[in-house]
Amino acid sequence: MSTVTFREALIRAMADALEEDERVFLFGEDVAAAGGSFKLTEGLLERFGPKRVRDTPISEQAIIGTAIGAAVMGLRPLAEIMFADFAAVCFDGIANEIPKYRYMTGGQVSMPITIRMCNGAGGGFGAQHSQSVENWFLNVPGLKLVVPATPADAYGLLRSAIRDPDPVLFFEHKALFNLKGELPDVPELVALGRAEVVRHGEHVTLVATQMMRHRALEAAEELAAAGVDAEVIDPRTLVPLDLETIAASVDRTGRLVVVQECPNSGSWGATLVARLVGERLEHFDAPPMLVGAVDTPIPYSGALEELWLPSVPRIVEQVKRTVSY
Amino acid sequence: MSKASATDANVATAPVERQLDWLHTMLQIRFFEDECHRMFAQGLVRGSTHLCQGQEAVVVGACGAVSTVDKMLCTYRGHGAVIAKGAPLDRAFAEILGKADGLCGGKGGSMHLTDMTVGAVGSFAIVGGHLPIALGVALESQYNDRQEVTLCFFGDGSTNIGAFHEALNMASVWKLPVIFVCENNLYGEYSPLGTTTPIERLSTRAEAYGMPGLTIDGNDVEGVWRTVSEYAARARAGDGPVLIEALTYRQKGHSRSDPAKYRPSGELEAWLERDPITLLEAKLERLGVDRGRLDDMRSAAEHEVLDALERARSWDDPSPEQLEEDVYA
Repeated sequence: MSTVTFREALIRAMADALEEDERVFLFGEDVAAAGGSFKLTEGLLERFGPKRVRDTPISEQAIIGTAIGAAVMGLRPLAEIMFADFAAVCFDGIANEIPKYRYMTGGQVSMPITIRMCNGAGGGFGAQHSQSVENWFLNVPGLKLVVPATPADAYGLLRSAIRDPDPVLFFEHKALFNLKGELPDVPELVALGRAEVVRHGEHVTLVATQMMRHRALEAAEELAAAGVDAEVIDPRTLVPLDLETIAASVDRTGRLVVVQECPNSGSWGATLVARLVGERLEHFDAPPMLVGAVDTPIPYSGALEELWLPSVPRIVEQVKRTVSY
Repeated sequence: MSKASATDANVATAPVERQLDWLHTMLQIRFFEDECHRMFAQGLVRGSTHLCQGQEAVVVGACGAVSTVDKMLCTYRGHGAVIAKGAPLDRAFAEILGKADGLCGGKGGSMHLTDMTVGAVGSFAIVGGHLPIALGVALESQYNDRQEVTLCFFGDGSTNIGAFHEALNMASVWKLPVIFVCENNLYGEYSPLGTTTPIERLSTRAEAYGMPGLTIDGNDVEGVWRTVSEYAARARAGDGPVLIEALTYRQKGHSRSDPAKYRPSGELEAWLERDPITLLEAKLERLGVDRGRLDDMRSAAEHEVLDALERARSWDDPSPEQLEEDVYA
């Protein structure tokens, strides 16, 4: 067991995947010689050489297209689209080609692609380098969406994503890169589609991913001091979603608050609430609630960006309202 | 820069039997497309269709220059390319008819014919969207050290989309074995090339990517075969991609709803004079092939197509449980 940062866990996962499977190759803008714009691929070129670790032009469509063609032919491309916001530049590939290819060909091909990208606000990167864009892809069946919050999950989920026969969008939250956590000497893989109950509680179920998971936990500790015992669940993957674990928790607590780093309109939290309400309304003792962002682009100013992000006090306040409903 | 005739002097002509094979495939494609046209007109099949009558020599010549293990990507106007690469006629028809035993289980349709067993890696319906995908297909053969090439067909309209730029640039930087074949049929959907594109010779765009570019007669199947053969050998040797502009003509409208009234009068007639099948038949006669043999071949090809269609029409529709299959592995 050793203590590593989220960044170190990612690098180790990529190194182990490259080591394990000759078909895996890593490519993207500045991932090789420069070691990544966030140093998330540092040392991999030196270790695996320029065939396996490649720099590309600033050409997101070419990057995604290359991933698709290589995957169709049996390689396991590990592509990086630096900032998740840039997924819009290659939306055709991600939304039209990758998730539909297997279906449109009647299952003739597989798409074992992993696309890594940095999401997340809080760092003052402004509206075009901060968004958590997972919701863009919720309405595109065929993709898997992975949102790790800890170093161990970053490692275990990335390894599973790369081994997975289906395409995975793997989101790395910028605010978590220096987060420390334990990683065993032989780290375990984390299966896609398994939520983690991060904190057990009886009064209310909090569901949150990535940075919001940490804020939800902080809120839960504050609430505990006020006599409210919150359960915190991290889905870890939005597609597939471990509805079973969340539903079992809600059945027990009767109350649900989803905390998400995005506007609530068209969000994964809204989808989750719709499904739970449709299937088990009788289990709810209070209306399920979303704590998200206002419907605006992400502002630059620190004063405004902190207002935009769901804060610990906002989570605490909403949970108190829900519990006393 | 363009060097269209540089190869003419020193490459052998194709044997007559080989040219007869090309003629056979071109006739099959022609009859196949004519049947598709008829079925759409009769409302027997759904959606839209984009036919390639008049463009057969490009796909037949190019696919004839590579082998089954080489790969091919094409556009939604791709029936001819997929047949030229070796896909069976009956399963191609069945796909267009939405049948369970269609090439794609009835889930792709006219615009997405795919047959991995013959290297027909995909037909793509987003203009230019597949050019970057060709890079990955070619990269795999480079990565695994197999000297295969990837043929990538696209229309003149694709050369104005951003993906064209990204794909040709990166293919050249990585020296990927891609044969980019632009089927310049003079129209991007309904718009004449001159109204959308400031240059006449699209092959000159290759210069900006540091790769060779040539413009050739796309209605001369042997010329297409010769050029693609030469540049495929170059790509297999590791010298990278090429942009070949094949001049041809779309004898029908853009899609089934387009009567192509925007064409200047006389244009279609002039191109029909240069119909690639007529040209090849005349040439074979000059080479001593008996007219009767050509007529027999035409009749055989027509029967093969009609028989394939009859088989396909008798097959079953997909079953309801197939709706949710093939989304994930």
